[in-house]
Amino acid sequence: MAPLPGSGLAKGLAVTLRTMTKKSVTAQYPDTQPDLPPRTRGVIGLFEENCTVCMLCARECPDWCIYIDSHKETVPAAAPGGRERSRNVLDRFAIDFALCMYCGICIEVCPFDALFWSPEFEYAETDIRELTHERDKLREWMWTVPAPPALDPAAEEPKEIAAARKTAEKLAAARAEPQEGES
Amino acid sequence: MNDALDVTLRLLIVFVVFLTFPLIIGQTEHKVMAHMQGRLGPMYAGGFHGWAQLVADGVKFAQKEDVVPAGADRRIFQLAPAVALLPYLLVLLAIPIGPSEGAVGEVIDAGIFFVLAVMGVGVLGSLMAGWASANKFSLLGGLRTAAQLLAYELPMLLTAASVAMAAGTVSLPGILDAFEWWWLPWQIVGAIVFFVAGLAELQRPPFDMPVADSEIIFGAYTEYTGLRFALFLLAEYAGIVVLCGLTTVLFLGGWHGPWGADGLGWVWTLLKTAVLAFIVIWLRVTYPRLREDQLQKLSWTLLVPLSLAQIALTGVVKVVIQ
Repeated sequence: MAPLPGSGLAKGLAVTLRTMTKKSVTAQYPDTQPDLPPRTRGVIGLFEENCTVCMLCARECPDWCIYIDSHKETVPAAAPGGRERSRNVLDRFAIDFALCMYCGICIEVCPFDALFWSPEFEYAETDIRELTHERDKLREWMWTVPAPPALDPAAEEPKEIAAARKTAEKLAAARAEPQEGES
Repeated sequence: MNDALDVTLRLLIVFVVFLTFPLIIGQTEHKVMAHMQGRLGPMYAGGFHGWAQLVADGVKFAQKEDVVPAGADRRIFQLAPAVALLPYLLVLLAIPIGPSEGAVGEVIDAGIFFVLAVMGVGVLGSLMAGWASANKFSLLGGLRTAAQLLAYELPMLLTAASVAMAAGTVSLPGILDAFEWWWLPWQIVGAIVFFVAGLAELQRPPFDMPVADSEIIFGAYTEYTGLRFALFLLAEYAGIVVLCGLTTVLFLGGWHGPWGADGLGWVWTLLKTAVLAFIVIWLRVTYPRLREDQLQKLSWTLLVPLSLAQIALTGVVKVVIQ
């Protein structure tokens, strides 16, 4: 049966009326803060305790917005007669967010987990120079980094946990064996 | 002295209604349209859900410079907004909202004639604006307005004539005195034709080719700025009030309601007018703009025959019941 003439018009009216009765999903941003998931690309936090000044992040950065200065210090030998070790000490770590394009490559390449995404995004400035966040400011952003989302229920165990568990089991087994021999 | 006071009071009330109702409808349109499109609409002006948005808009318009283009016909250009707006004020004067003597600005014996003739003048404002602006877009808009006026004035008049025939009078309160509930199904075709033709005459979407902003900037109003532009917008919303009020009075029985007709007649009138105004907004949100030729086709091949059929039906029924 052919549709009644004008049924399309009525359908259109029904659609708009139904939309009107539904609750609007608009978020009133400055009044209500958005609920952003972990790893949202807001700002980059630096966990400087983990940084070894390997410079990977600065070299991989596509627009060269990471500035790192460091110097070497010698650490006295751990064992008597051993060789003195040298170690990198971080002097300056700065990210120019006026240049940053939020690609996240620095965070991906960091082998020591020293860089993290934080969902904070309200750091606009009236002076472009203020957008270069120095080491202390980058460290402060670390407090705003949320815990990563939980793994999927059937996901593989994370590698570091698996490794830690294996070591713990081995140790426990090694401790248990001599005890059995004594008794 | 008492007469003068009475007249002054009536004029004042009509004037206040004329200034507030279009704003209420405009604000309703803001919010209803927003929610129909899944938005919130104005939320800040005035604090509570943006209730003062149109007041803020008015302040903004008043601050703007009033520009008259160099090539424009200066006096006609400046007069046009008044010509567009004032007729609706005059029409509002003649619309009865309650059964008593006091519930109408001025009883006019030939009410339908007066109302339709004066509403036609309102369109002249757009024509004047279109011609006087010395702008091609404005001229196109003005010509489209003229074409639209020609096409839609006819079905509007014919359906109004049908109601006048049914009531045996052309006075608006007279029509309402003669109203019976079964007029509703009897005149329903006429009501729809009248309402649609009225929408077209107001250049409301989906009949807004004369101002089609994506094709001809803003039609006849392209060159207007500041308060004069605001007056044109106000005329559009005043037109909605007038059209909805007229449709209520002519076809929906005005102050007659299923219950509580004594003393509450004006509530019924306002309620029906408000529902019609909501429908005007609803149609605007739902339907895309008709093309210019589709508009003419709708009028000449559908609305005019329908209104003629309505007149025939009215005549036949009238003869039979006598």
